[in-house]
Amino acid sequence: MKYSIPEKELINPGHLACQGCGGALAMRIVLKTLGENTILTIPACCWSVIDGPFPYSAVKVPLFHTAFETAAITAAGIKAGTKKVEKEYIHSVAWAGDGGTFDIGLQALSGAAERNDDIFYFVYDNEAYMNTGIQRSSATPKGAWTTTTPTTFPKLESKKDLDAIVAAHNVPYQATVSVSYPEDFTKKLEKAVKKRGFKFFHILAPCPPGWKTNPEDTIKLGRMAVESGIFPLYEIENGENYTINMPSPKKELKPVNEYLLKQGRFRHLKEKDIELIQEIINKRWEKLKRLAGV
Amino acid sequence: MIKKIGKKIIFEKADDLPPNAMSLGTTEFNETGSWRNERPVVDKDKCIACGICWKFCPDMSIKEDAQGKAEIDYVFCKGCGICAAECPVKAIKMIEEEK
Repeated sequence: MKYSIPEKELINPGHLACQGCGGALAMRIVLKTLGENTILTIPACCWSVIDGPFPYSAVKVPLFHTAFETAAITAAGIKAGTKKVEKEYIHSVAWAGDGGTFDIGLQALSGAAERNDDIFYFVYDNEAYMNTGIQRSSATPKGAWTTTTPTTFPKLESKKDLDAIVAAHNVPYQATVSVSYPEDFTKKLEKAVKKRGFKFFHILAPCPPGWKTNPEDTIKLGRMAVESGIFPLYEIENGENYTINMPSPKKELKPVNEYLLKQGRFRHLKEKDIELIQEIINKRWEKLKRLAGV
Repeated sequence: MIKKIGKKIIFEKADDLPPNAMSLGTTEFNETGSWRNERPVVDKDKCIACGICWKFCPDMSIKEDAQGKAEIDYVFCKGCGICAAECPVKAIKMIEEEK
């Protein structure tokens, strides 16, 4: 078999993720690259369940469960402690969902980014509070159904541009990645491993029960999100050097309706709603191209 | 007393519990194969050993057989069907599980 990403597994089967979970796959790819010298900090999110009940743990690295709003600061504290005793370099990793990052953990994230603490921050974004039963978060896209934004009154607001917020802190490295492109993901991780300071990764992790999709479509949806420009893959260095990786900035974006209509959470959308969403995507894409200078 | 039955760890008293550390990589007692509705079956003649199914499996259930081709670990495979959907030569089929 051909191995296009590192072969070693640092996560065990038997974990409690749903069928076709994007978040579990994201963790698998991350631990492959970061290796054994890693300490994970996990606030309340899907992964505090996926990891398994006490005294079991699905990952083969130390893992610290912490309070919802404190992922970044706990990881920074762990890094400060290990710095005094470490023989080899230890990666301190904060691993939070979109609720624990876009909403609840935003102040801790901002604090750690401002101090440029030497940690990794990963947000695996499934675009709602999936673990507690699909409530809206500020990462939920416009028009989406959740249990707190029913189809008769879907979410009106657009998704918060968290990457721009983090970029405003001028952190050494940040990137958006998708589980559908593991090679791109691994390449960016390898780049980030060499850097010291705050490293931020925004992962799009499709969620079959929350998005009301079939579990086998997880990878396909991730790919469609990138190709339609709703979740473009790019990296930012020192808050100013933008590089767009995917989709190609020279080509036209694919229309978003195919991506939206594949998901049950968008099935109520009418044609004019989709046109409005397409407009927002085009506007964001133009802005991103302007920032990247292409 | 700490007992180990198969891969399961059992603590008899509260005092036996580890104070703050968990046992790493020990969820293998949890055989998630029982969640499955459909099982993936690999057609070994069609398989080109590209490793794409392995790369995308969220449950680490794709193994390599002696010829380097894909083999599925039915103990843990949850039957999500990602491997069948992503296979470039359609060598994996989902077949309904018989109860």
